[in-house]
Amino acid sequence: MRIIEQEQIIEAVAKMCIESNIYPDKDIHEGLVAARLRETSPLAQFALDSILKNADVAKRENLPLCQDTGMAVVFVEIGTEVHVNGNISEAINAGVRKGYKEGFFRNSVVADPLNRINTGDNTPAVIHYDFVPGGELLITVAPKGFGSENMSAVIMLNPSDGISGVEDFAVECVRKAGANPCPPIIVGVGIGGTIEKAALLAKQALLCKRDDSLSQHESMETRLLERINALGIGAAGFGGETTALSVKVLTYPTHIAGLPVAVNIGCHASRHARCRI
Amino acid sequence: MVKHISTPLRDETIVSLRAGERVLLSGDVFTARDAAHKRITALLDKGELPPFEFDGQVVYYAGPCPAPPGRVIGSVGPTTARRMDSYAPQLIESGLKVMVGKGERSSAVIEAICKFGGVYLSAVGGTGALISQCVEKSELVTFDDLDTEAVYRLQVRDLPLVVAIDSQGGCIYERR
Repeated sequence: MRIIEQEQIIEAVAKMCIESNIYPDKDIHEGLVAARLRETSPLAQFALDSILKNADVAKRENLPLCQDTGMAVVFVEIGTEVHVNGNISEAINAGVRKGYKEGFFRNSVVADPLNRINTGDNTPAVIHYDFVPGGELLITVAPKGFGSENMSAVIMLNPSDGISGVEDFAVECVRKAGANPCPPIIVGVGIGGTIEKAALLAKQALLCKRDDSLSQHESMETRLLERINALGIGAAGFGGETTALSVKVLTYPTHIAGLPVAVNIGCHASRHARCRI
Repeated sequence: MVKHISTPLRDETIVSLRAGERVLLSGDVFTARDAAHKRITALLDKGELPPFEFDGQVVYYAGPCPAPPGRVIGSVGPTTARRMDSYAPQLIESGLKVMVGKGERSSAVIEAICKFGGVYLSAVGGTGALISQCVEKSELVTFDDLDTEAVYRLQVRDLPLVVAIDSQGGCIYERR
């Protein structure tokens, strides 16, 4: 049994909150640079230039890329040979509290969705646990802004709706989102499982790299990306060539009667950090 | 090619702006998001004055990050304007003419913009660090208990914006 102290988790989570909010995701940044080279619309060029300049300013001035520093979504893979001294959820929340305070980030979480009083420290995080073999703890911190989260959607399709039903729903979701989720976006599509499993898959799909060669759904991803970019929404919704930088699809076995589909949209400042303890 | 405009904005300037034009805005903007809009419309419902004079002034849909030491403000980009659509027509009827945010507006807001000669300007979403560099001064106006959602007066210089919806009903989002 390997012992991991709460303090190690707190420090690691705090550091990941700060770094992920300030430094642009390398993969997305490369996609944005390529999009700028392709772009022909002057307004979209202006938007992409602003987005790229913003990344430089954030790095130079130690400021978060976006004022919406998000609700902290944390994925934890716990090795079965690991023992955490103390409460792991409390340690993660303490890390979020510390990171958001030290980073001078916005507190965007309300304690009750109906009474809406700000918790004042951006906690609690949304935490997903999984168990894996081994003696390590793998933590991913993915702060999620709500401009894009609000534009996400779930539907319970019929099996007869098939591949075209899934693709039409995803494209319609992006069309309806328009300029709101801060395009160029990344799109995560979760198909199968149950309603919550599909939503979780869609969120996990946002953590995939653009050119993830392991994808089993490359043809669907390619078709969706083409249809979404044909919408012409463009950077900042100003009209242009690139509405999405990537579409990633994850699937899971499902029930004979169902075809759950979730679409999770990530903005151009989508971010995450990973660390192994 | 890029127009310079400054507050207080004159009616002639506001109605001269056309969808698709780029502008650089200088002067004061007042931040207000969902929670502040709810309170402002409650004041208007009671026949009371809004927390700042609407005439010629600009509302910026934004909730900034706290200012790190030695800075005026943290990152402060636009938030989704659509969430303010249920409040905006009432503010426009009460004299507000210029709104800054991101994303499409409802047909009720577009109608109010046309009827009262207003304009809706879009900043580039997700560029809060860059926009913070345009802010020269920040002061709390009211609703301090709302923290980031309070109303702040920001003195800005050359805030880069695009005219998204103009007083003639011109709209950059219409092609979809």
